Amino acid sequence: MTAAAEQIAAPHRHLEAQIRWRAIETVFWLATLLPLVASPSYLVLASQIAITALFALSLDLILGYAGIVSLGHAAFFGLGAYTAGLAAKHGWGEPLTGLVLAAGVAGLVGYASSFIIARFRHLALIMITLGMGLLLLEAANSASWLTGGADGLQGVRMWPLLGTFRFDLWGYTAYAYSLIVLFLTFLLVRRLIHSPFGLALRGIRENATRMPAIGASSRAHIRKVYTIAAVIAGIAGGLLTQTTETVSLGVLDFQRSADVLVILVLGGAGRLYGGLIGAIIFMVARDQFSGINPQYWYFWIGTLLIAVVVFLPNGILGGLNRLMSRWGNR
Amino acid sequence: MSEPALATRALNKSFGSLAVARDVELTLPRGVRYALIGPNGAGKTTLINLMTGMLRPDAGRIFLGPDDITRLEPEARVKRGLVRTFQINTLFPNLTALEAVTLAVCERRSLTGTWWRRLPAHRDAVDEAYGILASLALGVHCHRLTRELAYGQQRLLEIALALATRPKVLLLDEPAAGVPRDESAGLFAAIAGLSQDITVLFIEHDMNVVFRFASRIIVMVRGRILVEGSPDEIAADAQVREVYLGGARHG
Repeated sequence: MTAAAEQIAAPHRHLEAQIRWRAIETVFWLATLLPLVASPSYLVLASQIAITALFALSLDLILGYAGIVSLGHAAFFGLGAYTAGLAAKHGWGEPLTGLVLAAGVAGLVGYASSFIIARFRHLALIMITLGMGLLLLEAANSASWLTGGADGLQGVRMWPLLGTFRFDLWGYTAYAYSLIVLFLTFLLVRRLIHSPFGLALRGIRENATRMPAIGASSRAHIRKVYTIAAVIAGIAGGLLTQTTETVSLGVLDFQRSADVLVILVLGGAGRLYGGLIGAIIFMVARDQFSGINPQYWYFWIGTLLIAVVVFLPNGILGGLNRLMSRWGNR
Repeated sequence: MSEPALATRALNKSFGSLAVARDVELTLPRGVRYALIGPNGAGKTTLINLMTGMLRPDAGRIFLGPDDITRLEPEARVKRGLVRTFQINTLFPNLTALEAVTLAVCERRSLTGTWWRRLPAHRDAVDEAYGILASLALGVHCHRLTRELAYGQQRLLEIALALATRPKVLLLDEPAAGVPRDESAGLFAAIAGLSQDITVLFIEHDMNVVFRFASRIIVMVRGRILVEGSPDEIAADAQVREVYLGGARHG
């Protein structure tokens, strides 16, 4: 009875409790520092994971929260990667402004395409995003005078980060840089998800028909979130360029769009940490499996994907969540 | 009082050769409780879809108060106070009842564009949403997911979502559809208890409910308004008897 009375007194308390920062989150982010103090031989992999996690976080915003399915999200990753690469190649190797530039170009293209995206759903949307991705890949391929085509963009030279930290061979700077950008972006996304705008995105995912009937302009929301997701994907692409000092056509490849979707489904779409956990599992699995059998490692990813979708429809995080709540009910 | 809350003029709509709205002329004064009745396929839901902008009329005009809203998008009509509910639950399955109604409140207050403030910081919006749920006896269930609510509670949530938009005109498409008869009385009592500033039009098949809660009744047949009048006039109308009894004889 008292519990019910408290509820009535302050319904917002319950909402606050749901979104508060948990101890396990602190543990998670502290754990991401381990590669810096442990063996430096994993630093390169750790950077790749952080960048992939950022890319997956971007897809989570549109797919996991707003329900916009995309099979061409690599388009924005690639735009960011080439923008950062071209800036560095043509004499501007400053990392932070390069990253802002990468985000800006990806965001502009994202905003322009969002007007098409907001008009479609489901299969049509998958085909449109797929088409956009392929279009950009072939454009980059044919414009070899600009992008280097299939040979990749050569001559990307980065200046030291903040004028002090060189991108060292071990990858200390690369990992610290990627991790900080990931963490800051994560904080922003976390805030966005817990705002009224984030609630509206979930509303679109849950029932796009009802949204106009409560006075909501779904299209305006979709345009906004798609642009934000494009910006974040562009930052992830820019990070990859800056930390590896090279750009290949692979940044725009369909495989990249498909992989990030797999990562998100593995980890758990519509959950803040889904893309992060998914990226860790996917990248570590790829590292291990490709060591054992470089040709057929997708066999194992395929097996893992089917197992997760069949047994854990809400991804690994969703499964863990269910396990925890069962544990709590005992 | 002279100006109608909602009016249609010569509204027409056809799907191919099937005319679903023929010269529909409707005038709803402020604050009335209208029932819209008619046999299945008469075009009742279609009329709601036309008025709320979910369908475009082939011809005719729609007025909300003094304003011509014929060309407005559905969400713009909602913002001006023309709101509907759905015959088949059209809710947000994985939002809690409180989240869903808070979403509607935030949309009305144009808060959903902001992403830098947390939802609980908009405490008055959350409190308002809770107040609406409590007024419909959903207060204790407000933290449950919509899909976990009982069917009758989901029907109430349909109405709660509509109320959160602060409607001037409320169009209820069979609000008690699928609700057991003893529960539907409670649901209509909630509707009858709405502010007298709100004009209500509801579609309903149960004639007991219609005659108990409606101050005026409109009868639609094959896309056309057959007759409009007070419950007594409708009960005595020979044409209406013909439609209902005649229809029963054929089908």
